[in-house]
Amino acid sequence: MADEVLAHRTKMTRLSPRQRDNIAGYLFTLPWIIHFLLLIAGSMIFSFVISLTRTDLLTGWEFIGLDNYTRLYNDNLFWKSLRVTAYYTFALVPMGIVVGLSIAVLLNQKVKALGLWRTVYYLPAVVSGVAVAILWSWVLNPRFGLLNAGLRTLGISDPPRWIFSETWAVPAFIIMGLWGAGGSMLLYLAGLQGIPTQLYEAADIDGANRWTKFWNITIPMLTPTIFFNLLVGIIGSFQVFTQAFIMTGGGPNNATLTMVLYLYRQGFQNLRFGYASALAWVLFFIILIFTLGVVKSSAAWVFYEGELRR
Amino acid sequence: MTTQEQLTTRTQARDWPLVWSKVFGVVGKIVLYGVLGLGAFIFLLPLLWMISTSIKPEALAYNVPIIWIPAEPTFRAYTEGWRTLPFDLFYRNTILMTVVNIVGIVLSSSLVAFAFARIRFWGRDTYFFILLATMMLPAQVTLIPIYVIWARLGGVNSYWPLIVPQWLSNAYNVFLLRQFFMTISPEMDDAARIDGAGWLRIYSQIIMPMSKPALGVIAIQAFAWNWNEFMGPLIYLSETRKYTISIGLRLFQTQQSQKMPETMAMSLVALVPVLVMFFVAQRYFIQGIVLTGVKG
Repeated sequence: MADEVLAHRTKMTRLSPRQRDNIAGYLFTLPWIIHFLLLIAGSMIFSFVISLTRTDLLTGWEFIGLDNYTRLYNDNLFWKSLRVTAYYTFALVPMGIVVGLSIAVLLNQKVKALGLWRTVYYLPAVVSGVAVAILWSWVLNPRFGLLNAGLRTLGISDPPRWIFSETWAVPAFIIMGLWGAGGSMLLYLAGLQGIPTQLYEAADIDGANRWTKFWNITIPMLTPTIFFNLLVGIIGSFQVFTQAFIMTGGGPNNATLTMVLYLYRQGFQNLRFGYASALAWVLFFIILIFTLGVVKSSAAWVFYEGELRR
Repeated sequence: MTTQEQLTTRTQARDWPLVWSKVFGVVGKIVLYGVLGLGAFIFLLPLLWMISTSIKPEALAYNVPIIWIPAEPTFRAYTEGWRTLPFDLFYRNTILMTVVNIVGIVLSSSLVAFAFARIRFWGRDTYFFILLATMMLPAQVTLIPIYVIWARLGGVNSYWPLIVPQWLSNAYNVFLLRQFFMTISPEMDDAARIDGAGWLRIYSQIIMPMSKPALGVIAIQAFAWNWNEFMGPLIYLSETRKYTISIGLRLFQTQQSQKMPETMAMSLVALVPVLVMFFVAQRYFIQGIVLTGVKG
């Protein structure tokens, strides 16, 4: 036994330090290697293969080439779900940035009890999931809901029917999304506090007013944070699911049929796993295109302090 | 405009704020706190309404206009709701899954992050770049193939599909921890290496103890994520007795959707652990958000 240990040890010492580090590196990252090979790379290949078949996982597999993709192209519901998701994303993300940024700017005015304000505005962003979807399905209830009670108090006698109305269902989801905008507020607040005060002092000497300072110092210095929120917001909003699933089930008349809800319906309810996989790939490419678009555009509008020095 | 005139207007422009700045300062403060207060009121209102509705007798809940404070508050909605479905079981299942996954995430992600931050190994930088790139992949792409694999392995209707992936680390947490480990000075582990300590010793006795704040952030986020996780349990768990709180709540809602106090009470019960955790460990929540985003 002792001999074995000794033999093992001498074998170990025979390896050079570099070789030992190579082995250690791959041993430490083993969880991620398995994760990557099985759950990412392997699954992506498998997912593409499934998207070329017709299968319910029970009765067998039938290879049908790109049929799922051509059918998707001719599927009105797919286009509907794309429109719904795009509408939601491109309304919520910019509005979320404006709301989050506005709160952060207000909180950055040397307010008293900053911690308390921050907690209140951040709180809705902490809670999420099914419980919040249920809460909001009642908040948005046309008869007994909080929102319409508020609107009636403001003198609107005939408020929208929100999640029961084809026109107002997506706006209702957007309002609900804005309620959680406090999450990005924290990032903007940290960004604001990181802006060097010398910049403002220099602007004061030049006689700049608040407004010019805001547009010429604050906003440019915050563009990296805005950029980050834009990216995360687009990626997250395109995958919206829980609200639609819990609150409307995609209705009324598919007005809230989001892409992931449609994917879930086709895959796990209609057992059309090939079709759902094709849908997942299309979703991936749509997200990829918008992400790359934002990244490409960033050279024109995102300002990195570091670049100045070069 | 002559130079003289320009000079006067400029002096006026400079003097003007001096005279009015105090008045404006006070008015500005009032407006600022007014706007902040109104905003905070609107942000809190849905949660307050939720609490209020959950302690109302059935009849009062549907009253228009809203009665905020019921004359006779009651916990009836809580006891009735809790009895309708095995919520204690849902709670136990969720706690179990969450605790196991927090341990898994912290352990696996810190090991991987440690290697990326400290060990020089062949191909490390390319490998790290691939890791970052995978963060862009939406989960839906791999949802179905992973489901197919679990179905083949007989893992459907068990917790394995909800636990195993989390014990294999994830790109987001690895990235976050690696950034933190990089800020720890390598002098200590250089000294330890000279004393003959291996990488595992440096990881467990130097880096981990010094990274408690970052590990706390990861643990808190893992807690909130697992507690709220919906799609995974929805797809994999089929027996009611195995349900987690999120899908149990959804089942409750489909059965009792017409009862406002009950659905509100049970939703609140599901939210309480996250809320308590938020108030206890607010620092970590906020730190986590800032750690992730500011450097982009």
